[in-house]
Amino acid sequence: MIEFGGWEMPVQFSGILAEHQAVRSKAGLFDLSHMGEIEVSGPGALEVCQELLITDVARVQVGQAQYSVLCYPDGGIIDDIIVYRLAEEHYFLCVNAANIEKDFSWLTDHNRGRATMIDRSDEYALIAVQGPLAGTLLQRLTTLDLTKIRRYWSVQGEVAGVPVLIARTGYTGEDGFELFVAAQRGGEVWSACLDVGSTEGLLPIGLGARDTLRLEAGYLLYGNDIDAQTTPLEAGLQRLIKFDKSIFVGREALLQQQATGIAKQLVGLIMDAPGVPRHGYGLWTKEQVVGAVTSGTQSPTLGVGIAMGYVPPAYVAVGTPLTVDIRGRRVPAHVVARPFYRRG
Amino acid sequence: MEIPKELRYSREHEWVAVDDGIATIGITDFAQEQLGDIVYVELPEVGTAVTKDDKFGVVESVKAVSDVYSPVTGTVVTVNTGLPNSPETVNEEPYGDGWMIRVEMSDAEELNDLMTAAEYEKFIEEAEEE
Repeated sequence: MIEFGGWEMPVQFSGILAEHQAVRSKAGLFDLSHMGEIEVSGPGALEVCQELLITDVARVQVGQAQYSVLCYPDGGIIDDIIVYRLAEEHYFLCVNAANIEKDFSWLTDHNRGRATMIDRSDEYALIAVQGPLAGTLLQRLTTLDLTKIRRYWSVQGEVAGVPVLIARTGYTGEDGFELFVAAQRGGEVWSACLDVGSTEGLLPIGLGARDTLRLEAGYLLYGNDIDAQTTPLEAGLQRLIKFDKSIFVGREALLQQQATGIAKQLVGLIMDAPGVPRHGYGLWTKEQVVGAVTSGTQSPTLGVGIAMGYVPPAYVAVGTPLTVDIRGRRVPAHVVARPFYRRG
Repeated sequence: MEIPKELRYSREHEWVAVDDGIATIGITDFAQEQLGDIVYVELPEVGTAVTKDDKFGVVESVKAVSDVYSPVTGTVVTVNTGLPNSPETVNEEPYGDGWMIRVEMSDAEELNDLMTAAEYEKFIEEAEEE
């Protein structure tokens, strides 16, 4: 067990590789109850969200979800989040565990009485079922037709007789669902999922495989790949930014950065020789260090080392050769497009 | 957990089997279990001089990097060259096909500094209690 955002969480249950493989080929069960949930509701909810998020929240329909980012005025990232619109004037923000207090303060400090904001993080457990069998297995526990829930949509319903918000979202690169459930009933849902899936290869998944899965899928991890010192433009999230929607915090800085150009950009790397790239390792050209790895691992699916890191724009073209300084040894790698893995 | 009686053990969780002045070295069952799935192994070349308690190789699991230390002083005479291509062997057979190097010892007295199986068992029990 390790401490993660104030929670004791297992790095692994049966082994990182076995767990990873289970999610890619069958199904995996994740306890993500550490994640934060912040409710923003009332007549001013949309206005506040529009002002603090870089995406166009007005385009999110009731029942739909959207990946978004909160920025500081200088464009640095406060957090990356998922906004669920549960009702006309009811938004539900799923935020990173380590950022709950920071995000909630930021939101309330900029609210100026317009919306009702409640930190409901302690009230919810979050359980994810991910993998090609996720839908089939979960369907046995609910009368809802899960095939009707599209990617990045959610519905209220029951799983194993427990009221849940079922969202077709995830962080693994596989199809899957995330279930928001009252904290005291999380155990029931967890056990029911385990019961229905364990004979068909579903495994409980720890933090270790959660990291290898999300990295193969090219998802960013706050605190590693993005933080207050990186902007959405540098992190490759420009598709999220909707400059024309309205004024939002960070807009001016991001517009300026877009005009003058960024000094560093997040790239994907694949190792060309054996070696495991890890957070903090230097990225080198022949002559000099030009950046550092923000996330890296041995990809269980590809069987090679994969990494993400920031380098100047001169080195971001696909195919650009770089080396990774693995504890004093320069191991060749080259830039690739993300994601590293796409489900077949 | 397996701790074969006939082997000697270091505090860094390496095992040693001695045959006619040649020490075969690997990491213990306890060590591989602590590391989890091993995905990378780096070993020295034949002819490399190794020194007791100095690093001779690296094993990496998905979650951690760990140096491997030589329990004895001498010269590497054989390397398990198949290991870097199938690092999972260290998890599967830490005392068998997962062996790492063979060293021609220059000082057999060093073996007296290593633990017996019973001592090593006690050592890891104490380590786990911490």
